[in-house]
Amino acid sequence: MDLFIAIFTGTIIAATPLIFAALGELVVEKSGVLNLGIEGMMLIGAAFAFWAVIAGLPMPVAIIAGALGGAAASLLFGVLALTFLTNQYAAGLALAIFGSGVSAFLGRNFGSAPIDALDRMSIPFLSDIPVVGPMFFRFDPMVYFAIVMFFVISWFLYRTKGGLILRTIGESPETAHAIGYPVIRIRYLAVLFGGLMAGLAGAYLSVAYTPLWVENMTAGKGWISLALVVFATWRPLRVLLGAWLFGGMTILQLQGQALGIAVPSELLSALPYLATIVVLVIISQNRQMLALHFPASLAKPFRPAT
Amino acid sequence: MPPRLELRNITKSYPGIVANDDISMSIMPGEIHAVLGENGAGKSTLMKIIYGAAQADSGEIYCDGKPIAAHTPATSRALGIEMVYQHFALFESVTVVENIALAVSNTFDLDALARQITELSNRYGMPIDPHRRVHDLSVGERQRVEIVRCLLQAPKLLILDEPTSVLTPQAVVKLFETLRQLASEGCSIVYISHKLDEVQELCDTATVLRNGKVTGTARPKQSTSLELARMMVGAELPEMHVSPSVPSEKPVLEVRGLTAPARDKYGVELKNVSFEVRGGEIVGLAGVSGNGQAELISLLSGERTHGNALSIQIDGRAAAHLNASERRKLGMAFVPEERLGRGAVPPHALWQNAVLTAHRTGLVRNGLVDRKGANSFAAKIIERFKVKANGPQASAQSLSGGNLQKFIVGREIALQPKLFLVAQPTWGVDVGAAAFIRQTLVDLSRSGAAVLVISEELDELFEICDRLLVICQGQVSPPLIRTKTNREEIGLLMTKVDRGNGTNGRGEVAVQD
Ligand SMILES: Nc1ncnc2c1ncn2[C@@H]1O[C@H](COP(=O)(O)OP(=O)(O)OP(=O)(O)O)[C@@H](O)[C@H]1O
Ligand SMILES: [Mg+2]
Repeated sequence: MDLFIAIFTGTIIAATPLIFAALGELVVEKSGVLNLGIEGMMLIGAAFAFWAVIAGLPMPVAIIAGALGGAAASLLFGVLALTFLTNQYAAGLALAIFGSGVSAFLGRNFGSAPIDALDRMSIPFLSDIPVVGPMFFRFDPMVYFAIVMFFVISWFLYRTKGGLILRTIGESPETAHAIGYPVIRIRYLAVLFGGLMAGLAGAYLSVAYTPLWVENMTAGKGWISLALVVFATWRPLRVLLGAWLFGGMTILQLQGQALGIAVPSELLSALPYLATIVVLVIISQNRQMLALHFPASLAKPFRPAT
Repeated sequence: MPPRLELRNITKSYPGIVANDDISMSIMPGEIHAVLGENGAGKSTLMKIIYGAAQADSGEIYCDGKPIAAHTPATSRALGIEMVYQHFALFESVTVVENIALAVSNTFDLDALARQITELSNRYGMPIDPHRRVHDLSVGERQRVEIVRCLLQAPKLLILDEPTSVLTPQAVVKLFETLRQLASEGCSIVYISHKLDEVQELCDTATVLRNGKVTGTARPKQSTSLELARMMVGAELPEMHVSPSVPSEKPVLEVRGLTAPARDKYGVELKNVSFEVRGGEIVGLAGVSGNGQAELISLLSGERTHGNALSIQIDGRAAAHLNASERRKLGMAFVPEERLGRGAVPPHALWQNAVLTAHRTGLVRNGLVDRKGANSFAAKIIERFKVKANGPQASAQSLSGGNLQKFIVGREIALQPKLFLVAQPTWGVDVGAAAFIRQTLVDLSRSGAAVLVISEELDELFEICDRLLVICQGQVSPPLIRTKTNREEIGLLMTKVDRGNGTNGRGEVAVQD
C-alpha cells in the first residue's frame, strides 16, 4: 500500500512541471504560434527562482520570479517571430539554446548546496485521513495550482469569448484581422502566457522537485511538453492525461532501477519518453478530430494586409 | 447634412497594377449606392479600404464629415460600418453562432444569440441553423451567414460585396426588402453586384469603375441594363450562339439508382438518383442549395467514392468506386463551387495551380515538373479567358474573385475533357466574361463533350442547357427539355417537398423574373 501511495504521489508531482509547460504551450499554439523554446524558458525560470531563494526572498516571490523569467524570455521570441516575422521554428530553437546558456551562466555561482524546498501543505483534518490524506492532501500548493490552471484554461478556451477569439486566430489570422481583431497583440499575449507557464514549470523543478542546482535540470522536459501538445491533438484534457502518464512512467522506471531489474538503466530512463509518445500516437489516430482541433495557421507568419 | 461616407482621391497600387486610381465618391445617409465594374476593376479593393482591411496609399476617407483616423476594421465597426466580404470572413472550425458572436460586441451568451439568429434569419428569408459548423456549409449557406451577421448589428453604413452571388432568388427578394427597410431608417448601403437587374431594382445611384478609375456615374433605375453593361465593359456585349445539340448515341455520364447516406447529420440523403448526360449536350442541375447537391457533386467528382461501382458510369466504364484522380484519367474535369481552397491553393502561383489538374497533359515528366511548359500553359489560359493577373507567377489569392473564377474554369476547359462537371460556373464573373464562359461551355459541348452544370441561377441554366434536372431533398427529377419547360415548372419542382414548412415557401423562384 505504501508503495502504491508513493508511486501515485510521485506521479502527480513528476507530472506537475509538464502540466504547466504543456498547457502554456497549448495556449500559444492555439493562437497559431509555435514556440519551440519551452526548454529554454523553463531553464531560465528555474534559474531565476533558484536565485531568488538563495537571495533570501520568500518562496512565493521566488516562484513569481521564475514565471517572470520565462515570460521575459518568451517576449524575446515574440519580438522575433511576431514583429520581425522570423521563421518560428528558427526563433524557437534559438530561444531553447539561448535559455540553456543563460541558465548555465546564472547558475555558476549557485553552489551545490540544496535549498529548503517548497513546503508541502498540511490541511487540518483532511491531510490526516488514512490513505486518502497522503494521496490527495499533502502536496505542495503548486501541484494544486497546476490542476486549477487546467480547469481555468479549459474553461477559457471553450467557454469564453476570449478563448473563441484565440482559437479562431489560430485557424485564420487573415479572417480575424478582416473582422477587426488585433491579431498580433493577441498572439503576443498568448506567447507571454506560454512564457509565464514555462517559467512556472522551471521554478517548480528548481525549488520543489529537485531543490538543488544542477545544470540543465529540465532534462528534456520542455521537449516532451511540446510533444505532449501535439500528440494530445491540442486538447487540454489529453495534455493533462499525457502528463500524468509521463509522470507515472518516470516514477515506475525509478522504482524499477531501485529494484535492480536486469535492464540497462539508460533504456529504463528512456521508457517514459517512449511510452508517452506511443500512447499519444495511438490515441491521436482520428483524423477528423485532429483537423477540428488543429490550429490551421500554426507556425505560419502573419502580417496584416496593407 | 454631411455625407455618410466620402472618399477623396483614394489611390492604391499592388505590384504591377494600380487597383484604385484617384477615386472620389460620396454617399448620403439612406442612399443605396451601387459600385459597378468588370472583374478586376478595383471594387473589392476599394471596399476593403473603406472598411480598413486594406490601407490606401493616399487619399482620405470621411464618415459623417469626420476623417477616419488609424483605420482598421475595428475602428470601422465602432463607427457602425459593416461589410459582407466577397470571399466571406468566416472561421470554418467553429459554428455559425460562434462566428457571429465574434462580430457582435454584446455579452457572450451563445444560447440567446442562437435564438436571435434563428429568428432573424427566418424573418430575412435566409434560414440558417446556428449550431452547424461553417466547414459543413455550402457557399450559398455561408453567404447567408455573412449577411445575417451584418444585419444583426444595425449598421450605419453597410458594404455588400457581391452578397447575392450564390443566394437563391427568393432570398434575394427578401434581402432587398430588408435593405430598403434599413435604408429608409437612414442606413447607407454600398452594393456591388454583377447582376444588373438587381442593381436596377435596388440602387438609387451608381459609380462605375474601369481599370481602377471612376469612368462615370449613373442612375440605375433610369438606365437600361444594356447601357449599364456598356459603361462597365466599355464595349458591346458578345452575343450568345447556341446551336442545336446533337447528343451522342451512348451517354458519357450515366448515374443509375445512386443512393447514398448524408455526408453528416445536416446533410441530405440521396435517394435513388438516376440520370444521364450524353456527349454534345449540356445538362443543368437546378435546385436550392442544401438539397443534396453537395453529396451529389462529391460523389460525381470522386471526392467521395461509392461501393456500388456501377451506379456511376463514365464513358461506359464503372466509375463509382474510383477516386477523383482515376476519374480524371477517364476524361473528366471538374470545377468545384469553392474556388479558394478547393478550386485553387490561394498562396500558390497560377502556374502551380494549373499543374494541379493539368499534370497529365505532359507538364510532368519523370516526376519532374516542366516549369516552362506549366508557365506557358497558364499564360495561355490567362490570355484566352482574359484573366486580369500579373502573369503566371501571380498568386491565386492576389486575383480578383471573378478573375480567379475565369482562371479555374479556363484551366479545366483547357484539358479538353470528355465529361465536364462544373458548379456555379459564373460565380462573381462580370457580364462580359459570364457570356464568354457560357459560350465556351456551349462550344465545348458542341465539340462532343458532355457537360453537367450545377447552378442556382435559373437564367443561366435556361440560356445554355439542353435539358434540365431538378434536385430537391435528395431526389432528382426526370429530365425536362429546355424548350418545353418554363421557370414556373422548374420553380415548383425546386420547392415541391418543402411546401408548407414556410422556409422555401411558394414557387417564388418562378415569378422572380
Ligand atoms: N493582395 C493583392 N495583391 C496583388 N494584387 C491584388 C491584390 N488584391 C487585388 N489585387 C489586384 O487588384 C485588382 C483589383 O482587384 P479587385 O479585387 O478590387 O477587383 P474587383 O473589381 O473586386 O473584381 P471582381 O469583380 O472580380 O471581384 C486586380 O487586378 C487584382 O489582381
Ligand atoms: Mg471583387
